[in-house]
Formats: sequence, structure tokens, C-alpha cells
Amino acid sequence: MTPPIEPDPQPSPSGGEPRPHDPGRPASRYLAQGVTVRFGGLVALDDVSLAVEPGQVHGVIGPNGAGKTTLFNVCCGFVKPNAGSLTWDERELNNLHAHDLAGLGIARTLQGVGLFPGMSALENVMTGAGVRSTSGFVSAAFGLPRARRDEQALQERAMQTLSDLGAAHLAPRYPGMLPYPDQKKVALARALVSEPRLLLLDEPAAGLSEGEMDELGDLVQQLTSRMSVLIVEHHMDLVMRICDQITVLDFGQVIARGTPAEVRDDPKVIAAYLGAEVSAGEEIDTAVLESHGTTTKGA
Amino acid sequence: MSTDITTAVPAPPAGPSAMQRLLGLNLVRSLLVSLGVLVVGVLLLESTDAYTNTQLSSLTYFTIAAIGLTALTGLNGQISLGHGALMAVGAYTTALMLDTDSPLPFPVIALAAIVMTSLVGFVVGIGAARLHGPYLAGATLAFAVALPSVALYFKGTFNGEAGLTVISPRPPEWFVSFIDAVSGEFATSSKYVAYLGLFCLVIALFFALNLGRSKIGRHWRAVRDQEVAAEIAGINLGRTRVQAFVISAAYAGLAGAVMAMVVRLAAPTVFTLVLSLSLLTAVVIGGLGSITGAFIGSAVLVFLPPLVTDLSTDAKLSDTQAAQMSPLIYGIVLVLVMLLAPGGVMGTLSMAWRRRRARRQLTATPTKKG
Ligand SMILES: Nc1ncnc2c1ncn2[C@@H]1O[C@H](COP(=O)(O)OP(=O)(O)OP(=O)(O)O)[C@@H](O)[C@H]1O
Ligand SMILES: [Mg+2]
Repeated sequence: MTPPIEPDPQPSPSGGEPRPHDPGRPASRYLAQGVTVRFGGLVALDDVSLAVEPGQVHGVIGPNGAGKTTLFNVCCGFVKPNAGSLTWDERELNNLHAHDLAGLGIARTLQGVGLFPGMSALENVMTGAGVRSTSGFVSAAFGLPRARRDEQALQERAMQTLSDLGAAHLAPRYPGMLPYPDQKKVALARALVSEPRLLLLDEPAAGLSEGEMDELGDLVQQLTSRMSVLIVEHHMDLVMRICDQITVLDFGQVIARGTPAEVRDDPKVIAAYLGAEVSAGEEIDTAVLESHGTTTKGA
Repeated sequence: MSTDITTAVPAPPAGPSAMQRLLGLNLVRSLLVSLGVLVVGVLLLESTDAYTNTQLSSLTYFTIAAIGLTALTGLNGQISLGHGALMAVGAYTTALMLDTDSPLPFPVIALAAIVMTSLVGFVVGIGAARLHGPYLAGATLAFAVALPSVALYFKGTFNGEAGLTVISPRPPEWFVSFIDAVSGEFATSSKYVAYLGLFCLVIALFFALNLGRSKIGRHWRAVRDQEVAAEIAGINLGRTRVQAFVISAAYAGLAGAVMAMVVRLAAPTVFTLVLSLSLLTAVVIGGLGSITGAFIGSAVLVFLPPLVTDLSTDAKLSDTQAAQMSPLIYGIVLVLVMLLAPGGVMGTLSMAWRRRRARRQLTATPTKKG
């Protein structure tokens, strides 16, 4: 077993290259401790702990069925763990509901895209920041200027977020008419528009070309000046490039954690990914990519 | 994908003119549209005979209910087969409150009908919020079937099968002189009721226009389209669904209040399952979620049956056959809409418009891609 994570909010010293200090730097820490989830007899997560340090990119990897998605669902309140606790911003998240996330400054993208098909891209993005506008039912029903001002501010912010991602031209289009990578951009904008302090990315690179994946990697690294990122991703080269810390799951247990370099050379990780038949010396990312049948290995 | 994420707020665009700003206000736009409907309504009422006036009165309450239902089903994705029963709540409330020597003014009665129906809608909505698709249809259907038995059970209050006769409010002095000034005719009680219906419709329309374009409407659509994403965006699914149901019920309650006065009867036979189904049909024909569609669907509902009956009488069909003709045609129209234009009238139009615009955009800027 790996040692449990110490709960004191010290930034991990091993986290990638140091980032320049700026006043808007994220300072919140997300902590999952001793999380256990059982589905009937199956133990999907067994005493899993992880810490997303402020301003870091934290990757969760592991073979199929390892429990990554389940962990993600626990982190955002979709699955109630049988045991364990979540701490965000030094506050324990008891009885977390998914609709509380936005208010807590946590945003998540869905596996796939999960856009609202009946709304334009702009409205999709506006919905992502809806909880931040404060005008209520009455001002909406009477069409009061206050509601109008709120809507306008929301619309401008959504537009800004879209153009930050180079997707301003998508604003009036409907999701059904957009190519997949554009849909993912809109979905990302919808998550970013609420200016979260923690962003949960669920397989963000799935379905992207190699070039788009590189851009996504750059983007995520830039985001860390404003937020922490927790990412589940199968594309090992992307994970290795952008993550500061990686937690490796296998059969619901944490089998390794550390920097990409540490994890890459961990014999337990290699064993978990390769099973018995492949020798332990082979490079992990090659093997993983082969086992997932992808052809996008970074040169 | 450009990764320039450090830029701050955009430079504000060149300020729109005062006129544009004014028109940009939901309040102003909705007011203009509502006033337009009011003017057209008055013109129609004053230029047609008493029979058509009654039809127009029916159109007002059908449209009010259809607007509420199209919001619930079209914007929020909840189906309801119980809106006829919700209308009954409004109608019985109205009938009971009008049944005194000096009834309260109509706005108070209408408000009471709305409140009562909203309360019932709240209870039904809480149950409905947990259900989907056929289960929701079944539950609201059960509600529609069960509610009339309340009238039968509390026979003392609701007068059982026979129901309550509604005493139409007498037109006040100012109304009589207004009609006299407009058309030189004597204002009958039916005319007064038609005007009340029109006023209720205009007010209902005003709020629906505002809500549909607001954050509230967007959240309703988000819940309809993608529950999980809506929840992550901070929208409380259950609360939003109940909210939509209550608003929709309020519309049904107002519609029921008007209907009670037009039909002059609040009885189980008036608020049958057929009423609920007709409303749903109207909403589907017009196009789910469209207020214009609610008008179109209700118009079909009100004007098609007599038209068909007339035609079949002309075609030398017997009276019975003629009477059976209109439900048949009605069913055929519904089936045709479902088969050929599942988006309804307005859905089909807006889809065509959207496609055309997309095509034009593509041909205009063939290389514009991120
Ligand atoms: N709702 C559920 N009910 C029962 N078992 C579940 C449920 N969700 C997940 N599991 C099981 O829990 C285990 C972990 O699943 P999970 O989806 O978290 O794995 P994963 O690491 O995301 O896998 P993949 O890489 O294939 O996406 C699997 O054995 C899965 O079958
Ligand atoms: Mg998964």
C-alpha cells in the first residue's frame, strides 16, 4: 500500500517545474481521503486518497475498470462513497450534491460532450455560469432591467470565454451541427465560464486529433495559473506531459502516486498495465497505447 | 484552438442607440407583442358576430392553457396528461367564488384560482419531478382520472356529477360605455367574458414571453436537454422541474377560471381526459415550446371541428356522421403532424430557417474554422 496523504495543506514539493507567482494564483486544495465505494459485492474503490494541490494538474490513470470514473463521480457528488471524506478549501464536503459544485467553484466536463442540443453554443456556455447571476424569478417574469443587465453580463462573459478558446464563431451554432472537436471546445467553455477554482476533466482528449490534443495540453497548463485541474485521461503521452502529479489506480486501489517520471518507472504500474506477459523493462506509454489500440503516440 | 486565455474583459462594443437599448429590453418587447395581441383581439371581437365571439373566448382559455403546457413540455421536457384536471381546479374555484350575491372582483377570483391550482400543481409536480417519459404520462393521467372523483365525493360542495352552474359576472358600467363607444352595441355578459379572457391571455402571454427568454427559461431547457450537465452547472433538477410544473399549473388555473365563465359550468363532464389530450394535441400541432405554436394549435382546436361539421353537412352527411367527422379529421391532422412534421408548425418553420441560415453561412465563409 502507498502511504496515506498527509492532510496539511502544504504544496507538494515534487510538483513539476515551479510556476511564476501571481496574485490570482489558486490557493485551494482538494482532498479525497479513504474513499471506498462498493457496488454490491464489487469493491470499485478501496481506501483511495488523493490530493489536488493548488494550481497543479493531477492525473488519474489506470487500466480499464480500475475505478477512475467512479472516483471522479465521487469527487463531484454523483456517487456517494461508502466510506471516506472529501475536503475542499479546508472545508469538508458532507453530503455533496452535483448541483452544489458550481457554487463551490468546481466545474466538470463530461465524458463525451454532453452539450444541450436545443440551445445555441452561446446559450450552452451561458448556462455554465448561470448560478453566478443573482437576479431571481420575479425580475425574470417581469423582464425587469435588472434581469436584462444580468443576462447581458452573462452573455458577454460567455462570449469572452468562447473567444478565449478561439471558438467565438461557434456562438450562434447549434451543437448538432458542429464537428466533434468544436463541440468539445464549447463544452470546455461551458466549464470554464464559471471561473472555477477546480476543473475536473473527464477524458478530454478522446476523439481529438494529435494537433488538437497538443493544443489542449497547452491550454490545460495555462489554466493552472487560475485553477487546479483533476484529469482522467487514457492518452498516456498527454498525461505524462501535462500532469504535475499522477495517481495510479488498479482494481480500485492506489498502486502508485508521484510525478510522471516516478510513476513511469514504477514496476507496480508497469505490471498493472502490462499484466504478466510483457516484460517489465518496456516503456509504459508504448505498451499502454498499444493496449488501447490508439495510434497517437507523441514522437 | 487558440490558447490566449489571459485577456481580460472585452472592449465594450460601440454603444447601441437608445432605441435599440429600449427594444433590447425583454420588458419592452414583451409589452409590444402583448399589446399587439390585445389590439388584434379587440378588433376581432368587435368585428365578428356573437357566435364567433364565443369561439374567440374559447380560443383565449385554450391558448392560456396551451402556453402553460408548451412551456412545461416543450421547454422543460415534462409531459402532462393532467392539465385538464388542473383547469378543473381553477374552474371550480371560480365557480364557488362567483356563487354569492356580491362576488369579489374578477382579478381577485382569477388570482385565487391561480393560487389554488398552483398549490395542486406543486403537489403533483413534486411527484412528477421524479418520473420520466411513460411513467410521468401515467402518473399525470392517473391524476386526471382521479380528480373528478373528488367532485363526486364532496357532493355538498361541488354538487357531484351535475357540477356547479357558473353565474357570469355582470359587465360593469365602464365596460358597457366602452363597448358602446367602440361599436355602438350593448355589452352582453358573453362579450364581457370574452374581454376578460382576452385580458387574461395578454397578461399570461406577457409573463410567458419574459420567462421563456430569461435565465429561468434557459435553465428549464437545460434540464430538458441534459440532466447531468445541467446539474453540474449548478441547476437543482428537482427544484427546476417543480418550478416549471407550478408555473404551468398556474396557467392551467387561469385558463380554468376563464373557461368556467365561458362554458358557465364547472362539472366533471367538462374537464374530461379528452380536454387534457386536446391540449397536448394543440401543443404538438403548434410545435412544442413555441408560444406562437400554442396560438396556432389552439386555433386548430377551436375552429377546425365546426368547420369540418359544416363541410360534412354540406356533403349531405347525416348529423350524427357530421358530428363524428370532426374528431376523425382532428386525429388525422395529429397523425399527419407527427409523421410529417414532428416539430409541429413552428418547429418545422424554425428548423427550416436555421438550416437555411447555416447553409448561407457556410457558402459565405467556407474557410472560417477555428
Ligand atoms: N454503477 C455501477 N454499478 C456497478 N458496478 C459499477 C458501476 N460503476 C462502475 N462499476 C464497476 O466498478 C469498476 C470500476 O469502474 P470504473 O468505470 O470506475 O472504471 P474506469 O477506471 O473508469 O474504467 P475505464 O478505463 O474502462 O473507463 C468496474 O468493475 C465497473 O464495472
Ligand atoms: Mg471510465
